[in-house]
Amino acid sequence: MSERPIIHIEDLHKSFDEVEVLHGVSLDVYQGDLVSIIGPSGCGKSTLLRCINCLEILDSGKICVGDVSLSRKSKQVHPNPRFEEHAHQLRSQVGMVFQAFNLFPHKTILENVMLAPQVVKKESEAYAEERAYQVLKKVGLARYSGRYPASLSGGQQQRAAIARALAMTPRVMLYDEPTSSLDPELVQEVLQVMRDLDAEGMTQVVVTHEMSFARDASDYIVYMEGGRIVEIADEDEIFIAPKDERTQRFLKRFR
Amino acid sequence: MHRCLIAVILGVFMGQALFAEPSGSSGSSGPKELRWAADPNSGVPYVFADPKGAIIGFEVDIIHAIAECLGRKAVFIGNNFDCLIPGLRRGLYDVVINGLPLLPTGSPGVLYTDPYFLSYGQLVVRQNETTIQHFDDLENRKIGTYRNWKGGISIKPIEGLELRRYAYEVNAYEDLLHRRIDAVLLDFPESAYYTALIKGLKMVGPPLGNLEYGMVVSDDHPELLEELNAAIKILTQTGVLQGILVSWKLWNPRMEAWLGPYTATEEQTAHYEKTIASQNTDTADDGRVVRYIGFLPILLEAAITTLLISLLSMLLALTLGLFLAIVRVYWARPFSLLASMIIEALRGTPLLIQLYLIFYGLPHLGIKLPPILAGILGLGLNYMAYEAENYRAGLIAIPKGQMEAARALGMSHFQALRHVMIPQAIRIVIPPITNDFISLIKDSSLLSVITIVELTETYTQLANAHYDFLGLGLIFAVLYLLMGLPFVLLARRAERKGGSRVGIRGAKG
Repeated sequence: MSERPIIHIEDLHKSFDEVEVLHGVSLDVYQGDLVSIIGPSGCGKSTLLRCINCLEILDSGKICVGDVSLSRKSKQVHPNPRFEEHAHQLRSQVGMVFQAFNLFPHKTILENVMLAPQVVKKESEAYAEERAYQVLKKVGLARYSGRYPASLSGGQQQRAAIARALAMTPRVMLYDEPTSSLDPELVQEVLQVMRDLDAEGMTQVVVTHEMSFARDASDYIVYMEGGRIVEIADEDEIFIAPKDERTQRFLKRFR
Repeated sequence: MHRCLIAVILGVFMGQALFAEPSGSSGSSGPKELRWAADPNSGVPYVFADPKGAIIGFEVDIIHAIAECLGRKAVFIGNNFDCLIPGLRRGLYDVVINGLPLLPTGSPGVLYTDPYFLSYGQLVVRQNETTIQHFDDLENRKIGTYRNWKGGISIKPIEGLELRRYAYEVNAYEDLLHRRIDAVLLDFPESAYYTALIKGLKMVGPPLGNLEYGMVVSDDHPELLEELNAAIKILTQTGVLQGILVSWKLWNPRMEAWLGPYTATEEQTAHYEKTIASQNTDTADDGRVVRYIGFLPILLEAAITTLLISLLSMLLALTLGLFLAIVRVYWARPFSLLASMIIEALRGTPLLIQLYLIFYGLPHLGIKLPPILAGILGLGLNYMAYEAENYRAGLIAIPKGQMEAARALGMSHFQALRHVMIPQAIRIVIPPITNDFISLIKDSSLLSVITIVELTETYTQLANAHYDFLGLGLIFAVLYLLMGLPFVLLARRAERKGGSRVGIRGAKG
């Protein structure tokens, strides 16, 4: 592919208390891709996602999202003074969805969706409300706008969380195990929203244990283990004929 | 003629606002003021509140006569007895007159005038007591006196004598009546007054020791001492002093030895009978109700003072406490360490000492706060430490994901705190904060040590002067309860409203 990737990660290192979790990860994601990251627990896939959104600050390497680029030479080098400013710009291009939804419990669904556009982008209340209804409609929650999160099901809450992220018009959506804390019958309604977004051309990166979703919906799959990317492959390749023996071992359990 | 206590407090609130010294600083024309201080609590028949709340007593009459002599206007400032001298040195007032006997050792930083009254220790026992006729009969007996009674130093110790020191004289007489102690040893004026007021008590034995009452001024003003001494001399020569003492039934052998014989007029005797009658609450029940209704204006005034100070202090505590909690939880190490040190220092030291430091200590560093402001600051800072810890508990209780979600949506740290963290934290901390506010309302009674007349101070004033601890005690207890109740109900409502939103009940589906 000749076009520039929308996410470009180069030799990313990250450690917590001297334990290195990411050992030099490099990855390119292109506009409109739906990428699934799979791998055993503790392989570093969630950390990778959190680094892209600067919820964790990288030790060394380079992260670019769109036009914003963040780089650091080593953990010993203090992030440059404009780091926080760049991280902020980067976050504004990236929407994030968490395993635990993390909706604001003291606000209604509508207020949850309207808050960031009003506070961060200084949108007027009327405009923010109009936009909020648009994204709530997209995830099928328009008629629940006045409810508080605690009164909704897990699936509805996660769809509301997706709407909240979409209201900031991100160029990229990141999902950190979005269906892991849902009852099985509620998983599909969330995955369907993600399929719809894919159809609209949204770039999405999903850390997931939902193998059937990864296989059916992803453009390609990234397999991670031990803080490294072991294999990047087309969903058919990886499920039918994985090249790496570690990928083979991991996927055996899902057949 | 008398300027009552309430007027002083009102003046502080309204006229000179929160930022002026109690008086004296007003540039009004007319005669120069003579600001005098006493403890309106401990002072029957010296200085005390009459049923309408006006300050009366033989020392009140004397100081007004002296002020007239000097062509000045007497202005009363009430203060806690223990703080009378510190307040004088701080310049809150010009002179203290409150039954202070001249000490042979003298006192640092202050000057005593010539005596205006000669007194002595007088034993009081129960009416039916026969075994105690003299001080020497007190072997192995229990006797009561006033906590700060200076006359004790001139009396020789008796074997097995147990001395109990009371904060209020009236409580000593009460315990005597209830047989908790066998005798009360106090100055002649108290003995004479309480044996007249309380039935079942009598004075026995000869005068004990020798007490000379003087007024006290700061040693910064020796010229005032000269003026006061000259005025006392004039009052004794013209017979004015004698007249005042007789009308309070305080003429005694020592005074006669000093100024010669003096016979009371009928008018002077009648004045005393009237005073005793008006102070005595031990009459029929409907008379008591009428008296209580008469107290209402003073009660309301004091309740407003208490409530106003409590509300402003709590506002200060809540605002600064939130800031302190945020610094402690989120800021970098040197700042958070400083915040926790401030919290520990304010939590770990008694409020009373903090108030003394702010009001009587800071003037030594050139910072002179008026009483109300010092009180709000003292209470507010003390409770700030507790509220900071409440907020911290609230902030910590919020799941980590909330901050992450807010940051991931592009909010700055401050925006996330303001819109996501703090609103949730406040809902969590409403119950403990309500608790603290109730506690603060009650702690505001400590402000009497910095001359503020709030509800508890008013209670002790009235109860002491009228010897009515039970009836008035119940009324004041109910008043405190009524003041706290609206806030409790308000908090309950807020809790209910917030609780369902935050989903504490874990509703699902």
